[in-house]
Amino acid sequence: MKRRISYLLIACLMILSLASCTRDPKPPVDPAAPGKPLDGGEITVAMYSDLDSSLDPHESGNSAATREIMFNIYEGLVKIDSEGNIIPALAESYSQSESSDEYTFKIRPGVKFHDGRQLEMADVISSLRRAAGLDSGVALVAAFSAVKEVEQIGDDSVKITLNAPDTEFLPRATAAIFPRDIDPVTQVCGTGPFKLTSRVVQDNIVLEKNEDYWGTPAYLDKVVLKVYEDGEALVMSLRSGASDMAMRLGASQIAELDSLNIIEGSNNLVQALYLNNAVKPFDDARVRQALSYAIDKQEVINLASDGYGTPIGSSMYPAFGKYFMPELTDYYTRDVDKAKALLKEAGYPNGFEFSIAVPSNMPPHIDTAQVLVEMFKEIGVSAKIELVEWATWLDEVYTQRKYQSTIVGVDARDATASDLLSRFVSTAADNFTNFNSAEFDKVYAEAKASSNDKEQTELFKDCQRVLTEEAAAVYIQDLASFVVMKKGLEGYLFYPLYITDFAAIYRTE
Amino acid sequence: MNYMKNANFRAGVAITSFMMIVILIGLFWTPYDPNAMSGSEKFNPPGLSHPFGTDNFGRDIFSRVMQGASATFAIAAATVAIGLAGGLIIGGLTGYYGGWLDDLLMRINDSILAFPAILLALVMVAILGKGRMNIIISLGILFMPSFARIVRTEVAKQKNTDYVRNAKLMGASDIRILCVHIFPNILTVLLSSVAIGFNNAVLAEASMSYLGLGVQPPDPSLGRMLNEAQNFLTRAPWYAISAGIAIILLILGFGLLNEGLSDE
Repeated sequence: MKRRISYLLIACLMILSLASCTRDPKPPVDPAAPGKPLDGGEITVAMYSDLDSSLDPHESGNSAATREIMFNIYEGLVKIDSEGNIIPALAESYSQSESSDEYTFKIRPGVKFHDGRQLEMADVISSLRRAAGLDSGVALVAAFSAVKEVEQIGDDSVKITLNAPDTEFLPRATAAIFPRDIDPVTQVCGTGPFKLTSRVVQDNIVLEKNEDYWGTPAYLDKVVLKVYEDGEALVMSLRSGASDMAMRLGASQIAELDSLNIIEGSNNLVQALYLNNAVKPFDDARVRQALSYAIDKQEVINLASDGYGTPIGSSMYPAFGKYFMPELTDYYTRDVDKAKALLKEAGYPNGFEFSIAVPSNMPPHIDTAQVLVEMFKEIGVSAKIELVEWATWLDEVYTQRKYQSTIVGVDARDATASDLLSRFVSTAADNFTNFNSAEFDKVYAEAKASSNDKEQTELFKDCQRVLTEEAAAVYIQDLASFVVMKKGLEGYLFYPLYITDFAAIYRTE
Repeated sequence: MNYMKNANFRAGVAITSFMMIVILIGLFWTPYDPNAMSGSEKFNPPGLSHPFGTDNFGRDIFSRVMQGASATFAIAAATVAIGLAGGLIIGGLTGYYGGWLDDLLMRINDSILAFPAILLALVMVAILGKGRMNIIISLGILFMPSFARIVRTEVAKQKNTDYVRNAKLMGASDIRILCVHIFPNILTVLLSSVAIGFNNAVLAEASMSYLGLGVQPPDPSLGRMLNEAQNFLTRAPWYAISAGIAIILLILGFGLLNEGLSDE
């Protein structure tokens, strides 16, 4: 009898388990599904490079990696959400004049800085004036260089007047606001969901939750950013569990990390072989075009990043759907004969030699470089890879422009087209490729001056077309970006900008 | 040859000549172009067409090991040559003449030896820059002190022997005495220190390239290959193993040769 009951039980269990296999009406706990967010906890995030030495949020030379983190600490009048929408931040509401040259922001009441002080109108005015350089004469935030005046209106509003109409101003009104009496070069005090509590240069940065945050507070109590200058050491730290999370890993790096959660997104970077347009032989557009004809973008992606990544054809990435032009991607398709003919025309029938400077801490770019070297060989051009430290790269390549070519990814500061295009204006301070095209300058100026959104979008597209036709750089791809998180961490949001929002990340167990 | 009776020596000769043959062939011919990529052949395990498999770019690892071993060997040999030349000059002069020059140079020597070699190499590379030539120069300079020390001791020992005194009495110049009389007599000691030095040089090159300071991608060297392979340790273990075995064989061969030489 007993035995019969146990058989019955087993039969019942089998049927039940079968049933659960087929329909699974109410799964008890599905480990793959996002769990319930838990408050609190501490995570260690492995970073490729240290933040810049100055954490001044208005500093225009900040690296993308620094801005990615500063997003959590400082806020401006508005900010961007993960969908790319502009949402109110320290401004509760805003309005735009008919002619797009006056913007009025109503400041949110009851916001506290990280040091406990109340946000006052004077702080807002002084921060915005500093960003626009109204007192010093030098606009720190490029987007604010067009600001003519910042005035207080009533008790709780601020009006920004521009020199000329600019429909793109709102998404750029993200310039950080901080207390009027701190020196932002040495002190860090914002209003964001996290506050910076300590920093050891070249080693770590500690962010702690801002308990008084005006908006949705962060889940995590503490985020420790640990710097690994070496890509392999970073991967090892994830494998060993020394770090819980890392952003922006390449396809080759995640191969060893299958025990962790891997989320695929895009990096929102324009990865290209940037050519110094001022030095021989790249001062000749035909040479630049020849290099563009020499490569097969999809093949580069297949070889260097296991097929993850989106080919691009100009200085714009697909997350900016409004401006991205897929048709430019195939403007240059691999054509060895054409490339050789162009080289011959330009006076290099036997090819030439050049060097590619690649930051040594960025394996995805190094991998891409290796593939390009092979592809250039076939058109008779011999390229040499030169690995440089990031600090050296910033100094020699980006600032002093002493290089022949380099492979990096360029990001956008704000969700505007001009962020990815302005650096190609011949006189731009950040025109590190020394691109010089009268046509581009003209079209770009027209686009900036336009107040009609549709017309402006078209003009920005024309800018991209010029870049592609003149082959300002050899545009390759928007790199796939992998975020790796320990099991039990959820909530990573992909933004259309180079941003990581730590406030959205939570533990589930 | 007496040495040939020694088992260590015989094994050393066998392994070293095998590696030398591979390296020599690698200079002129490899089964595939070591840098040629192939998207359809990524991470192929070892097989008939690719005896050591392929890497993340679909490059043939066997060809890369051949050329990488050549690169590593060439750098190690050049390093030892520079180190030995410098060591002979410094050690010969200080050992033969002695005096304040000896004191000065040997104290400098000692202070260089007091630092970990890899640290000094990093400093040198920071000054000279990366790349094959600079690695050879910086490692070469770093290898000088240890050779200088050995040469000095041996020269000082030989200086007071009868045959040197005789040569002096016959009016031979100091240079002639050093080069023609003393150096050939310290050859045995030198040979074994060269073998040890060569092993250290292979390891030093591998470490520097592993750290990304030596041979620059896409060119292979054994250290560079280990650096690339560690990303794929579980996915393509043959990558790291192939480069590792090549390093082991190079070092083992010379190590055994040295054992054999010193056993006699």
